[in-house]
Order: sequence, then structure tokens, then C-alpha cells
Amino acid sequence: MPAPLYITGVAETALGEVPHENELSMVAKATREALAEAGLKRRDIDGLFVNYMGEEGSVQVAEYLGIQPRFSDSSDLGGAAFEAQVHHAIAAIQAGFCEVALIAYASRQRSRRARSLSGGAPAMGVPIMHQLEVPYGLPSPIGRYALIAARHMHQYGTTRAQLAEIAVAARLWAQKNPKAWSRDPLTIEDCLNARPISEPLHRNDICLVTDGGGACIVTTAERARDAAKKPIRILGAAESHTHWHISQMKDLTISAAAKSGPEAFAMAGITPADVDILQPYDSFTITVLLALEDLGFCKKGEGGAFIESGVLRPGGKLPSMTSGGGLSYNHPGALGLMLLIEAVRQLRGEAGERQVPNAKIGVAHGVGGLLSTAGTVILARE
Amino acid sequence: MSDRMQIDDPVLWPYWEGAQRRALLVQRCQACGHHQHYPRPFCLECDADTLEWVETKGHGTVHSVTTVHVQLLPELKPPYQVALIDLDEGPRLVTGIDGTPCAIGDRVTVTWREREGLPPLPNFTKAAP
Ligand SMILES: [Zn+2]
Repeated sequence: MPAPLYITGVAETALGEVPHENELSMVAKATREALAEAGLKRRDIDGLFVNYMGEEGSVQVAEYLGIQPRFSDSSDLGGAAFEAQVHHAIAAIQAGFCEVALIAYASRQRSRRARSLSGGAPAMGVPIMHQLEVPYGLPSPIGRYALIAARHMHQYGTTRAQLAEIAVAARLWAQKNPKAWSRDPLTIEDCLNARPISEPLHRNDICLVTDGGGACIVTTAERARDAAKKPIRILGAAESHTHWHISQMKDLTISAAAKSGPEAFAMAGITPADVDILQPYDSFTITVLLALEDLGFCKKGEGGAFIESGVLRPGGKLPSMTSGGGLSYNHPGALGLMLLIEAVRQLRGEAGERQVPNAKIGVAHGVGGLLSTAGTVILARE
Repeated sequence: MSDRMQIDDPVLWPYWEGAQRRALLVQRCQACGHHQHYPRPFCLECDADTLEWVETKGHGTVHSVTTVHVQLLPELKPPYQVALIDLDEGPRLVTGIDGTPCAIGDRVTVTWREREGLPPLPNFTKAAP
């Protein structure tokens, strides 16, 4: 990367159940906090990156914030959009199209009871899915993740207990995070005995449904000088996607991370062995397993054996989902921004009881759609 | 024609017209012989635009399968199975499993699920050994 860029401010919105706000007020408050960390003013924001903020989301958010960006991006890569938008922000800033990028998101999917497994009514666009998949009652999105998990188990001998280890590791981290939604003890046994939803995935293989969101400021070294907190350098970023319909995914066991991972690591000039903390998108346990393999933390097919010994847990050699993740901390419909926020806090050394000692390099890996999209961001404390 | 009008996607009409007579159709490339599904204006393998609709034999192998334990549609009482099937002609598709539960690798044959006001829906059932 030619000139170094930094994340200089991050903030969560209110989390969990947020009855007295709307999504725009949540984004606005998180933006103020992130700007305070960055030592910047609202009107310094000249690049705006949002997803799921309604029709022409960046247009709505800019108006609400009272800003007029000269670079605007509402690209929808599902939950991975925010890592992809770090990638986009790098391109825009390097090209001189903007200097201070705000990436923001909020959802009240829990309070609005907006989540439905049926796949919902046809939205805009050509509803091929509503002709060829929805009539079969394949739950959305979990049914797709279930088909992927079943295939991985068949092909590589991955077990439900190995997937459960991911949920247990997330819970152990959540117990160290006062903001986490689910902090009750959870064992592998509990996971194995949980209610089946779309086999092989059971209740504890599935993320939370909460309200939440956040804001993140990306800017240049020059603008980072005013930051109130330690700026975190962006070493690399990349994105990709493989399919929309699950029938069109070339190999059910290989996610878009197999492209975004190597590209981001190449840009950063590091390898997975250099990573101190990992924030993988844990929408489902299987999402994490594929990410570990595709990002190169272990070989394809060996994810189950890799995690079995507890490497993802507190004290493990690859501390992952350190906030408690989407499985136990918070999952506001799209988790990608929360992963960036947690990675930054760990690298600044301000993660409290869950702080990973001496964390210098972190990866936030977003996944979206029907295990369709991937965005990988590599961050470092200088 | 009346069913046709209920499906707001002219590109898939041939597929549903096939379903109407219980024929499972996919596109075949006349240039390279590649079969593809769902339909596109060109062949994803060789880029030729000479595609025809052909009837498959209706046989395939289960590539992956999930058993669903929640009720999403009034006509589907859980538990039921949804699978990805690799047709012998090549294309992979999402389908429902009728009858005996299936496992990955099982051979399956097309069967048709009747629907009110819509063309029958292709499902698959475990092939007789
Ligand atoms: Zn061809």
C-alpha cells in the first residue's frame, strides 16, 4: 500500500435491545464517539460508507448527520460490507477522492422482530430464488449454512462437537465482556443436546438476534495525528464473493475467503502465523470453521482438528471472537463492523478483562449473504 | 398460459412449462454440450449463445442435505429434508426430498409436488436400489 492509512476512531451503538432510539440516531451517536476518538469534527467526514441503512442508505445517513460527502458508498455485501468498505475506503483515499471516511451501521432487528427464516417476500430484482429455492422451505440463511456444514462433515469428517467448540470458545470470551448478551456457562454437551433447527446446525450453532451497530473512522497518517487514541494501521484489505444461490456455489467447502484472505495477507506482507487476534464472522459455527481454513490458519478440511484443542479460547494460540462474537456478544443482523471495532480495541490494549496480552496484529474477517461474500482486513499496532 | 402469467419471469417460463408436463428441463449448450441451470443468455463454460432447453433424465445424486425442524411454509410439516442434488447431466439444484430420508451420496429420482395455482414443483425421492 503506497501511503499508510489508519483507523482512528471506533464506537459501538447501544447494544442488545434498544427501544428508545432509531437506526439513524444510533449511527449518529456512535459517529460522535468515533469522531471524538479520532480528534475530528463531523464536517471533516468527506467519505461515507454504509450498508443496510435503507434505500440509498448513504444518502439518508449523510442527511441525518448534516454532511455532504464527496465519496459515497452503500454497497451491499451483506455482513462483510464493512470490511469491504475498508477496502473501498483505501481505494478512495489513495485516489484522493476523500480523506476522512466514516463507515457506519445500526440495526434494531431484535426490537423490530425483523428476522424471519422464510426468506421473506420478493424484494426488488429478479426473484429467481423465489421460484427455485423458497418453495422448498430452505430456511434463510441458516439452511444454506446447514448444507455447507453437512458437506464439510461428510467430506472431511468434521463433527458436531468440533463445531460446538466454536460456540463454547465464543461464550468463554463473552463471559469476560460486560457488554455481551449471553454470558451463562455453555458446554460442548449443552450444544450437542440443543434443539435442532436445520441439521446439522442446532440452536447453539446460530448467532444471536440483537440490536446494535457502530461507527469507524478511516483516514490518512496526517489526519491521524489529531487522534485522541492510538491510531491502528491498516496493513491490508481485500474482498470477494462466490455465489448468491447456494446451488451456484462452486465448492460448498470453499468460501470467498480463499480469495480475500491471501490477497489481504499479500498486501500486508504477513502470514497467518503472524496474527495475534482473529475476529472471524461467527454468524454460524460453520462460518468460522471455513474462515480458519480459507484464510490459511490451517489446511482445508483440518479446521475441526485445529480448533478441538481450544486454540480459539482465552489463553489459546489463536484468540478468536474475543468480544464473544455474534454467537454470544451481539449480532445486529450484520456483524462486520463489530469485528473491526473489537480488533481495534484489542490492538489498542483497551479490551479490559478480555485483553489479549501484547496483541500487535489482528484480522477482522467479514462474511455475508448465504456464505457468499468475504471481506478481510488486517490491522496492526505500530 | 394461465400458470405462465403467475410467474413474473419470462426467462424461466420454459422451465415451468416443462414442469407442467412433469419434465425437468435445463439449458444445454449446442456448442460445447455443457448443461446449466438456472438459465442464462450464454453458456458459462464457453460463452456461446446457442442454448437449448433439454429434458433431463431426472436422476441425480445427493450432494448435501439438511433436515429442517422449523415450520416455514403451511404445506411443509417439519421435520422435512431439503437437498442439493447433482443431476447426472451436471447442474446442481436445490430440491425437496419426498419419502424416505436421504443421505449424502444417495441416488435420487425426480418426483413432482402438486401446487395450487402454480406448476408442479420438482422434488426428488430415493431411487429404488
Ligand atoms: Zn458452451
